[in-house]
Amino acid sequence: MLGYYLNLALRSLKRTPILTGLMVLATGLGIGASMTMLTVLHVMTDDPLPGRSAQLYTPHLDPLPLEYKLRDDSPNPTDDLTWPDAMALLKAHRGVRQAAMAGGSLLLWPGRSDLRPFYVNGRYATADFFALFGVPFERGGGWSAADDAAAAQVVVLTETLARKLFGTGNAVGQTVRLGEHDFRVIGVAAHWVPKPLFYADQTGTQYSDADLFFLPLSAAVSQKLQVSGNRSGWAKGDETALTSANMSWLQFWAQLDTPAQIAAYRQYLVDYSAQQKALGRFQRPPTNAKLYSLMGWLAHENLVPNDVRLQLWLALGFLFVCMVNIVALLLAKFLRRSGEISVRRALGARRRDIFVQLGIESALIGVAGGALGVAIAQLGLWSIRQRPDDYARLAQMDASMLLGTLMFAVVASVLAGLLPAWRACRVPPALQLKAM
Amino acid sequence: MQIKPILAALRRHRLATLLIAMEIAFACAVLCNACFLVARRWTMIQINSGVDESSLAVLTVNGFEPSQAADVNARMLAGLRAIPGMQSATLISEVPFGPQTGAAGISPDAGGFKDLIGVVDFVMAGPGTYKALGLKLVEGHLPQPGDYQPATSFAPEDVQVLVTRALAEHAWPGESPLGKDFWCDKMHFRVMGVVDHFARAQPGQYEMQQGEWTVFTPVVPGGSLAGTYLLRGRPQDVQRVLQVARGAVQKIAPDVVLDQDNSRTLSDLRTKYFLTDRIMIGLLLGVVALMLGVTALGIVGLTSFWVAQRRKQIGIRRAIGATRGDILRYFQTENFLIVTFGIALGMLLAYVLNAVLMKFYELPHLPLYYLPMGALALWMLGQLAVLGPALRAAAVPPVVATRSV
Repeated sequence: MLGYYLNLALRSLKRTPILTGLMVLATGLGIGASMTMLTVLHVMTDDPLPGRSAQLYTPHLDPLPLEYKLRDDSPNPTDDLTWPDAMALLKAHRGVRQAAMAGGSLLLWPGRSDLRPFYVNGRYATADFFALFGVPFERGGGWSAADDAAAAQVVVLTETLARKLFGTGNAVGQTVRLGEHDFRVIGVAAHWVPKPLFYADQTGTQYSDADLFFLPLSAAVSQKLQVSGNRSGWAKGDETALTSANMSWLQFWAQLDTPAQIAAYRQYLVDYSAQQKALGRFQRPPTNAKLYSLMGWLAHENLVPNDVRLQLWLALGFLFVCMVNIVALLLAKFLRRSGEISVRRALGARRRDIFVQLGIESALIGVAGGALGVAIAQLGLWSIRQRPDDYARLAQMDASMLLGTLMFAVVASVLAGLLPAWRACRVPPALQLKAM
Repeated sequence: MQIKPILAALRRHRLATLLIAMEIAFACAVLCNACFLVARRWTMIQINSGVDESSLAVLTVNGFEPSQAADVNARMLAGLRAIPGMQSATLISEVPFGPQTGAAGISPDAGGFKDLIGVVDFVMAGPGTYKALGLKLVEGHLPQPGDYQPATSFAPEDVQVLVTRALAEHAWPGESPLGKDFWCDKMHFRVMGVVDHFARAQPGQYEMQQGEWTVFTPVVPGGSLAGTYLLRGRPQDVQRVLQVARGAVQKIAPDVVLDQDNSRTLSDLRTKYFLTDRIMIGLLLGVVALMLGVTALGIVGLTSFWVAQRRKQIGIRRAIGATRGDILRYFQTENFLIVTFGIALGMLLAYVLNAVLMKFYELPHLPLYYLPMGALALWMLGQLAVLGPALRAAAVPPVVATRSV
């Protein structure tokens, strides 16, 4: 029976080729625009560390004085930690692993005549960083807690930077001059760039940035290396000292495996805040301390630009208009065939049969529209990749999105066909037959 | 034209009529709001930077210690000024559409953060920079050689400055800004003059009227004012002069690093800065055009069906005396009624949509005049779309009435 309905639907569509073409085009445009923006949103809100993200948590404290007013146009200082707080959390060692970190941009002197000095972005971190995030190594490895304590001048390069500096040779053991200081290379990390760079300070461009080197945070602080990203101070006087208790600039992540560990960590943060309040350093309620999961933190940061959201809503609105349009056109088309439907009903077809027949016709439009939509979405994504925004290069459709697009198109057009088909199968046959 | 029979006919097609009206309502709401967004972005793109963009370029170098600042400045200025076609090379901390270096909150009292005037951009400028920029003074006087103060942190401790008219009107409405004082933490500033226009580095990050909250601060080169140079050449020369200068940096000062990204002409910086806004404008206009096109197609399709369905009735009407014009006007009036119904809904929807947008974006209320303009556009669209099918209906000959189906 399905084959017969399919045949009927094809015949019916062929009878009005222009109208069919327009309906397919409208579905294709609506689906294409929506899928372009949904894909962009999908890649922007994707899990940066699949398999590991569920165990990663970032603690946040509120060391601000009572009279400090948060402003819309400047970053929130409680998004980062101060040096004393980060060191206290690190020392308490309440997570399975934990690391404090901050971004840095340093001038690199290649020590080769054919390469001019250039700036590289990297991360100052504590020893657990690599194990915490599961950074893969090609050669060597990270540094130890003892190196942290000694502020050792060691560095881990990423494979890209190592190849640029030392060619295919072994980089481990070589020396790299960063800013005014020499660092010994102890490891080469494989290409590893979470998108977005969730552990970075929120003022950067987290979709295009990548860390090319990693070095001990203690070395960065003792050598007074330049720190990129936001530094928010709230006391006059010593704002510029990195070790100040009144300036936040560090990010902190911890690995917590079980719900009990998570609850215990939350409690620890509140207890720590209460203790600091008792000491007179904190002024706000200790319950302001928060523990975010990785995905929760990304949602809190709200990395998706307003323009992208607006574009998504525009695209969905456009799809809505296209679909309403198709409902109206299908309705007119189906009702025009009242005579034909009535004959079928009189010959014994049930309402359900008519409904299925017309449903197949609208699904056919959906399949064609979906195929066109995939092509239009590819075109749309290509045009987004030409944009100057930092997320632009991520705009690629994966297999699941591709399949989703087709499903979406068929579901949308079957839904659009439901109302007209229902309306058409309720046509009273006797009345129509009499008029014929 | 009698409206009653049209309404009676529409009542028989309630669902289809409602759907088309809904589509028009939605198109109306999106059209009004999208045009409003486009108009706002367009105004932003047109911002008057107040400087001679076509003759200016900026060159940035870094990678030197603050202690070397005076030495680097001296070598760079001498080297840059020797380039043929270079009218002037002077020191500046930031230029419109370049990276922002000195934004800070200012208050009418020392060290007070309670009643902030606002967050302004401090542009530190060495001698000669005022002239090179081509700013226009409207009140007060220009910095004299003695007014340039050294800056060790981000601005001098106590200095006389020029402010823009936009900032002066915001900070001291209805008063003469000349001689007025303001503070940034403990640093003291006194207004010596007012310039007509001077955009801040990143005007798009602020509310539209704050895009020109700029303070021109005369500073002695060296210390924190080093590494960024404002180059001026004739408009037809400036691109070439910049190219030569970029290439010369390595010879002038081999120990510094040219910042490739931030060494451009001001026209380039402007284009780059507003590129995303241009894309957004194109996108909004594109979606609106597509949406109107699809709506028009819907009207064409539906009316065509109705015309085909009513062929016999049209024939009968023609046979009993209706003219072609009567039939044409019948369909035109029908469309007008549906569109009007849609617009009435659409105006409500436009306001709801605007309220939602206002919640998520820093947007003011939709100005009322957008509504009649949107209505007019949709009426015209509806009439254009219905014209084809209506003409076909008018061409139905009366003889159809005598034929059976």
